[in-house]
Amino acid sequence: MTDKTLSVGSTVTLPKPELDLLLADLRKNGYQTVGPHLQNESIVYTKIDGLKDLPRGILSDQKPASYRMIQTGRDRYFDFIPANQSWKQFLFPPRHPLFTAVKEGKWRLIENEEPTPRYALIGVRACELAAINIQDRIFLREDFSDPIYRLRRAGLFILAVNCLDPDATCFCVSMGTGPRHVAGFDLCLTEMDEVFLVEVGSELGRSLLADRTFDLPSAFVQTAASQAVERAARSMGRFMDTSDLPDLLTNNLDAQRWDVVSKRCLSCTNCTLVCPTCFCWDATDQVDILGKSTRRERVWDSCFNPNYSFVVGGNTRPNIRSRYRQWLTHKLGTWKPQFGVLGCVGCGRCITWCPVGIDITEEVAAIRVEVKS
Amino acid sequence: MTTTLIDTAAHSAGYTDKLLLPHWAEIVKIIPEAEGVSTFHFKFTDLEVQARYRFEPGQFNMLYVPGCGEAAISMSSDLETSGGLLVHTIRHVGNVTRAISRLKVGDVVGIRGPFGTSWPLDAIRGMDVVIACGGIGLPPLRGAIYRIIRDRARYGKITLLYGARTPRDLMFPVEYEAWKKADIDMQVTVDRGDDSWTGRVGVVPMWFYHFRVDPHKTAVLTCGPEIMMRFVIYEALARRIPSDQIYVSLERNMKCGQGACGHCQQGPYFICKDGPVFPFRALENIFNVEEY
Repeated sequence: MTDKTLSVGSTVTLPKPELDLLLADLRKNGYQTVGPHLQNESIVYTKIDGLKDLPRGILSDQKPASYRMIQTGRDRYFDFIPANQSWKQFLFPPRHPLFTAVKEGKWRLIENEEPTPRYALIGVRACELAAINIQDRIFLREDFSDPIYRLRRAGLFILAVNCLDPDATCFCVSMGTGPRHVAGFDLCLTEMDEVFLVEVGSELGRSLLADRTFDLPSAFVQTAASQAVERAARSMGRFMDTSDLPDLLTNNLDAQRWDVVSKRCLSCTNCTLVCPTCFCWDATDQVDILGKSTRRERVWDSCFNPNYSFVVGGNTRPNIRSRYRQWLTHKLGTWKPQFGVLGCVGCGRCITWCPVGIDITEEVAAIRVEVKS
Repeated sequence: MTTTLIDTAAHSAGYTDKLLLPHWAEIVKIIPEAEGVSTFHFKFTDLEVQARYRFEPGQFNMLYVPGCGEAAISMSSDLETSGGLLVHTIRHVGNVTRAISRLKVGDVVGIRGPFGTSWPLDAIRGMDVVIACGGIGLPPLRGAIYRIIRDRARYGKITLLYGARTPRDLMFPVEYEAWKKADIDMQVTVDRGDDSWTGRVGVVPMWFYHFRVDPHKTAVLTCGPEIMMRFVIYEALARRIPSDQIYVSLERNMKCGQGACGHCQQGPYFICKDGPVFPFRALENIFNVEEY
């Protein structure tokens, strides 16, 4: 049976090899296809051409301060969760030119005219899409609209994937962000043994499929897919109680736990770099050796950098205790009054990539225990 | 596939909005104020920018020295008094401000702004006003003083409490006589006097020990070192001045001025856009938290 009247909300089956055709169509339409790729023993998001570049038969085993790849040999492409990097690098680049100032007698400003790349993100998880929606609230506000982010966001194609096999560091269910995609994607895959189920999420997604014919999934396959996602929701590696956030943190700035965690935290900034919602940035000048021209760039910054809170007369957060407290009370506290939501989606990256294995869920729980006792 | 997938209209909007793009401004006058402090008068080189530039006292600009970086500096006058020029009084202590100290009349800097909230000059009409500032905290209030003087009849008793380390560190001493004539009670104090100093020696908050205020009709505007402001606020609250009549100007590291880069956060606020001027009521739970 084939579906001639594909519409938003339809689900069709896609034989796995045909994913290559979808990606080719996206490239034909001017998109750069970026997705997961096994590189240096971890999964990165980078330019991919098709199935051959995806991490086939690879599972990630993540624990605090530990990330290991496991080969399963299965014909699966999206079993790993989550990649070490997030998608924010494509919408909010780690380094981006703002302008160049040239001294020709007096200083002259040359605006950055680089064309904006158009990305098709292949394999966006529900927590990751939630993170993009959170960054939308930061970069696309009524009183501030970031041109770099806005143009990249407007040109985005999102090929989402439902997670079936959460890792030990995952807690998207606690944060209400996953594992099932609900909205905001163009197409959404659920990976079965033989086929992908493809749900159409937008007119843009529908138009990508419009010229092909697809089989409709059998009731059996649809039920199996649905059950697989439900199983994933029940097998979260971690849990975070959000019922008393943000007050639990913002009302306990003097908790002992800040001292405890600050003895472990190295202030290395890893958590902020892998976090899909962290948005802090700095602007720096790259000067040519003659001092006649300078390129001003926006670069990622982190509240764990000592310079981050430098003012004349000293650093307002000279100690790691106050930097960690700032990060956590912002992410799970003051983020809410600022942007209307908490700043954590439960992807677990900060747990995996912390070199000393500080666990955000454990820290929140420990503060709760301390306060209630 | 026949249909085009891309919403080209949305995508080709271009860099119409100028994220972090400064306007060049030329230095037209430099006035040395004290050791390591000078006042710069700027005029935008783009006349159209110059013509439409407006700000309120208490707001700040980001001043850019190419190759060096940006610094957040408050305006230290108002456009009416300065004849339309932008006036910044700058203490040369950081990378950028030291680079500015080496500039001459005719040189240019980049300016973005104005940013932030301003002193509540309308809201405090009819009230007695205590302006409490220390050191380089007077320049961000000078524009407010000019405004109040121009509108003097609309305000009650005006007291300026100003403290500096030594008499030589006092900003704008030549203007004090004019301010007195405008019926401003000038209470100037220094930490250490010198041979010629006949005025008060001590710290700014001590003034509260010597004078009575009517808490219901008194507003406090304070700007200066945080330790000074902390005690000004303490003394003002102890005299039952409501916390929403005490206005504080805060300083934090700033990069964007638009509540986007994250640096200047204190609690739920971005100091650059929610401040720098806050009613103290908004800060009650966070102002005294160490290293917050």
